[in-house]
Amino acid sequence: MLIGLLCSRLRVEEKLLRDALVHRGVDVEIVDDRGLTLTLTHPTRRWDAVLERSISQTRGLAVTRVLESWGIPTVNRHAVAATCASKLDTSAALAGAGVPTPATAIAFTPEAALRAAEDLGYPVVVKPVTGSWGRLLGRINDRDAAEALFEHKALLGGPEHSVFYLQRHVDKPGRDIRVFVVGDEVICAIYRESEHWVTNTARGAITRDCPVDATLRRLSLDAAAAVGGGVLAIDVLENGDRLVVSEVNATMEFKNSIDVTGVDIPGRVADHVREIARGAPVAVGG
Amino acid sequence: MCPECDARVAVDDGVERGEVVTCPECSAELEVVGLDPPRFVLAPPEEVDWGE
Repeated sequence: MLIGLLCSRLRVEEKLLRDALVHRGVDVEIVDDRGLTLTLTHPTRRWDAVLERSISQTRGLAVTRVLESWGIPTVNRHAVAATCASKLDTSAALAGAGVPTPATAIAFTPEAALRAAEDLGYPVVVKPVTGSWGRLLGRINDRDAAEALFEHKALLGGPEHSVFYLQRHVDKPGRDIRVFVVGDEVICAIYRESEHWVTNTARGAITRDCPVDATLRRLSLDAAAAVGGGVLAIDVLENGDRLVVSEVNATMEFKNSIDVTGVDIPGRVADHVREIARGAPVAVGG
Repeated sequence: MCPECDARVAVDDGVERGEVVTCPECSAELEVVGLDPPRFVLAPPEEVDWGE
């Protein structure tokens, strides 16, 4: 069995995943997306499956689209990664499936965005439709700040600023929860704690093990199913005594979560990839 | 050597091509492009579509 490991740079996660696959007797080819050429009309069934770990969402989506057209299974599937790459698509998928998520609105002009913010109620959070690592998140506490930020976005221009994506702010208790789902199983969860309202580990949040009870497990599996299932990290916010899903990540980082949870995350992912390469259907839900 | 500041950059034994290390002198992010001896280029800067 030969698994392609698509990546742009070899981070700790990619090395751990490669080693876990090799440990299971799987041959692994590191595929650097920067040097890759794929001629669509000349399919090459070189790999039994490809684990997509590109740091660039654009490249990852492009490659998985082509590989799937050639009949090569990918983890995650292209449609799943595409849904997760867009916060709007993710929100729509979650809402459509009845998964609790923060109140979300979109608008296309500063004036309409202002109305949407007022309807949601301050504070609201503005996010880029595509983006990660807490980049370009803005919390707007009042109308003055909203007017300024929306004007700036409009003047910056470009497709990334053309959609105003707004969410009602959730006053979480200095942390959020990240739940790791592999296939139809919740394998572990962590708290991400920070004094800053943005709790991404890329922004300095620290991690701690989070026990998974039946409610968190059900919510996470429902969120995973809503986007199509696979290897996913579900970001959950505690809103009083309710839990809401804010985002779903399809190319999750996990190096800070192994020791605190005691779970062999790369090993569990490797097992899943091997099953997919053997032709197992993608398990969703649970 | 760091291509940014010419500092000598020591790497762990297990370092591999494609890894990114930080120059101890100027803090530039360097991609390992060769081994024995290690060779580096400046790592590409973060782009807006990078992430999880």
